[in-house]
Amino acid sequence: METLLDVKNLSVYYGVIQALKGISFHVDKGEVVALIGANGAGKTTTLHSLSGLIKADGGEILYKGKELTKTASHKIVSLGMAQVPEGRRVFAEMSVLQNLKLGAYTRTDKVEIEDTLKMIYKRFPRLEERKSQMAGTLSGGEQQMLAMGRALMSHPDIILMDEPSMGLSPIFVNEIFQIIQDVNKDGVTVLLVEQNAKKALTIANRAYVLETGSIIKEGAASSLLNDESIRKAYLGE
Amino acid sequence: MSFLTYLISGLSLGSIYAIIALGYTMVYGIAKMLNFAHGDFIMVGCYIIFSVTGALSGNSAIGIIAAIVLCTLLGITTEFVAYRPLRGAASPLAVLITAIGVSYFLENVALLIFGADIKSFSSVIKWEGFTLADGQLRIQGVTIVTILVSVVVLVVLQLFIKKTKQGQAMLAASEDKGAAALMGINVNRTIMLTFAIGSALAAIAGALLCSAYPSLSPYTGAMPGIKAFVAAVLGGIGSIPGAMIGGLMLGIIEILSKTYISSQLSDAIVFGILVIVLLVKPTGILGKVIQEKV
Repeated sequence: METLLDVKNLSVYYGVIQALKGISFHVDKGEVVALIGANGAGKTTTLHSLSGLIKADGGEILYKGKELTKTASHKIVSLGMAQVPEGRRVFAEMSVLQNLKLGAYTRTDKVEIEDTLKMIYKRFPRLEERKSQMAGTLSGGEQQMLAMGRALMSHPDIILMDEPSMGLSPIFVNEIFQIIQDVNKDGVTVLLVEQNAKKALTIANRAYVLETGSIIKEGAASSLLNDESIRKAYLGE
Repeated sequence: MSFLTYLISGLSLGSIYAIIALGYTMVYGIAKMLNFAHGDFIMVGCYIIFSVTGALSGNSAIGIIAAIVLCTLLGITTEFVAYRPLRGAASPLAVLITAIGVSYFLENVALLIFGADIKSFSSVIKWEGFTLADGQLRIQGVTIVTILVSVVVLVVLQLFIKKTKQGQAMLAASEDKGAAALMGINVNRTIMLTFAIGSALAAIAGALLCSAYPSLSPYTGAMPGIKAFVAAVLGGIGSIPGAMIGGLMLGIIEILSKTYISSQLSDAIVFGILVIVLLVKPTGILGKVIQEKV
């Protein structure tokens, strides 16, 4: 299988604290890969350095064979990597439609942007119903949908999702995970960061377990789901 | 009838404050910094008009264009040289103190080049205006032009922000720079554009201010700058319509209190209003309550 994203020995420091201690992982085209771990394990840091929001202090991020650690964050989107950030971070004082259009900021093909918008409305009918509403007035689950729709507007090859289930009611969690699977079926590769390890492992092909800045385990999601130590530490059994 | 005259002149002064306040508020909205040197850009603009118009024997149109272009470049340069390196500094005070430094720097450069003596600025608006109601109500040309210009500026700015991609990028970056970068927005370039617009507005405000109050010194911009800051806070800093409302209110209050209360006390009244607003509604008239992230 073709490797889309290949991270080698990535390390990130916050001052003197090393948040990522040289982690390596890869994501193949078409996969759903989960990155699970507790609070503070370095999951968000990993995604932020992939998107260029924080600079890596060492290692390599190879995306479609191109080295990204020196690339400015605003240039990464147009390479086909979009992120749904933790806490959704929708533009609260802008309308749903404005948020979605900003997702297509790097695209110039007006007609195709309209097509993508239609597709997104089809996937998230609720966003179309509320397109002129301020994003800040949406419920948490709707904001999560908006954040996902916004990321999809850039027409990404890979989408990085940071804690999409955080703070959502169980019904919405199921809905969001269903959408992640649907998006993946349509050909978008997914790197999923989750504290809800059980859910993440259920939909992922493979997974990595992150603990205080290091990857301590990796493998097929199904085998991690049955792993005794993982069950104890992350699945609450 | 005289009340109406004062009201209109307050509206005109307020329009100038509003244009300056727009620059303050836009820069604050996106860069989250108070550019205390903003008022001095007005002074720089006035000196450019003064010099260019003088050199061209009275052609003020070219003077105004030169002022807008050069102030824009000055704004971009200041942002790049003085403010950008401090973005993300540990304390937000660093950039605030730098802005005050830039303010003193500009004032002293002007002092060095033009000297401390007050230059008499000849109005860029030659139109005399008109009288109404059998000569009882006289409205000066500069008053009308000032009010019209401020309305045009507000409308153009609102259209720019609502209708253009760059404007939307500006809004997005003012809300959340990280999320904006994730959309592919070049946040640094967006901030630079904001400074450019704010500085161009300062040049326009300068042309109007010195046309209405034709004396020019290195400190010309300082007081209007501070008052425009008060106007921006009054209207709700970060809000464009707020800056407009705040500016107009401040201008009217200043002129009316000069007329009916005391010309010495008018500044005290203006700043007293700032204190009251900060006590009663710290976010200003149209300011939003910033919600804590859950």
